[in-house]
Amino acid sequence: MSEVQETTAAASLFDQLGGAAAVEAAVDIFYRKVLEDYRINRFFDHSDMEAQAAKQKAFLTMAFGGPNNYTGKDMREAHAKFVKMGLNDSHFDAVMEHLIATLVELSVPPALIAQVDALAESTRTDILGK
Amino acid sequence: MSKLTLNGVTFTSQPNETVLDTLLRENIQIPNGCRQGICQSCLMRSVDVPPPVSAQVGLNQTQQKQNYFHACVCYPEQDMMLALLESEQTIFITARVIQKQLLTVDIVRVIVECDTNLTFFAGQFVNLLRDDGLTRSYSIANRPQADNRLEFHIRRLPNGQFSNWVHDELVVGSTLTLSEPKGSCHYLSGSEAQPLLLIGTGSGLAPLCGIISDALEQSHSGDIHLFHGSRHHEGLYLVDEMRELAIKHANFYYTPCLSGDNVIADTVQGRAHDVALSTIENLKGWRVYLCGHPDMVNHSKRLAYLKGASIKDIYADAFHVISPDTK
Repeated sequence: MSEVQETTAAASLFDQLGGAAAVEAAVDIFYRKVLEDYRINRFFDHSDMEAQAAKQKAFLTMAFGGPNNYTGKDMREAHAKFVKMGLNDSHFDAVMEHLIATLVELSVPPALIAQVDALAESTRTDILGK
Repeated sequence: MSKLTLNGVTFTSQPNETVLDTLLRENIQIPNGCRQGICQSCLMRSVDVPPPVSAQVGLNQTQQKQNYFHACVCYPEQDMMLALLESEQTIFITARVIQKQLLTVDIVRVIVECDTNLTFFAGQFVNLLRDDGLTRSYSIANRPQADNRLEFHIRRLPNGQFSNWVHDELVVGSTLTLSEPKGSCHYLSGSEAQPLLLIGTGSGLAPLCGIISDALEQSHSGDIHLFHGSRHHEGLYLVDEMRELAIKHANFYYTPCLSGDNVIADTVQGRAHDVALSTIENLKGWRVYLCGHPDMVNHSKRLAYLKGASIKDIYADAFHVISPDTK
């Protein structure tokens, strides 16, 4: 039974979302929402915008189920200084809120949004250093 | 502490050391210039693992995919196998100075004629080399024409080794060595109706001049807004030329801005980017060019993006000053 299901579900989440072009479109909307949000933008204040956007792109690619070399260890190390600055669940929730809003804005079907939600959510413990 | 391998020899990087630092410390000769990830003199490639994203800012997508990176801003995150660019990839051009003219108290216009055919886009930059190897990046201020000429606006910096040499010693008839033109801050044909916003401070006007003349030459139909800023009115230059251009072309708008206290007629008080970004309500669909002081560039990048400009439509050229203690 599982074999049959796997063949019929051949189109990956990443492909269904529209691949790299979808990430490109999403990052522009998503990162703007993040920078406009007073609850979290202090974590992004001093960063180079292009380098930041590239990181958001890597994050979205991962959350979209695309090819990535995201590791929990990298995530922990990269966010450790922000955890010291007070990064916590409420900030992670805010980012998740913007991610979902971005997908809604791009008219992504709810079933796919739920999958992206789960993938992004899976980074929570590493990002918050738990 | 990462291990860097180059031509079969392995070096260990020390904490907070860039790849360039490590190699120079080990007495490996690596060409370098700005040491701020801009001039591409120290560009190299990682053969095995992707380099840190932050060391690839400013490179085009092809270069990024091929794992090229700026050694001077690359703090290795893991062991890397390095490859230097093959020497034949670096093309040097010889050029002769044919005109030198003071534009402001501290900005000189230098026009050179190259001895070979040159392909470039207005707004790109080249590295200029003095005989002893001292290298600095300067933006091209004209658009390509058949005469193989390049124009630069070079500001004299306090303690600036290169700029002082240009101002004081370079004369008409002197020769200079140039790298091939680089950079992606240039006019793109194919979207003639897109509105353009150009903000420059000081000699940041140079690449913008090139981009504007290229756009107008290619019959750009969208609005073109130039904001040029300086602290004092003595720092504004090509004012008459820009005003004439604005009279000639209905879609070109020119706003000279002065951030100091002394405001003269026909200029706007305020910093160029503040004036620009408060004048234009929404930048959705615009293409934005930012050239000049790094703080202005970084700040404006973010504001332009928040005002709706897409990241891919924001082109920037930050004019970093190389501190005298860096060789």
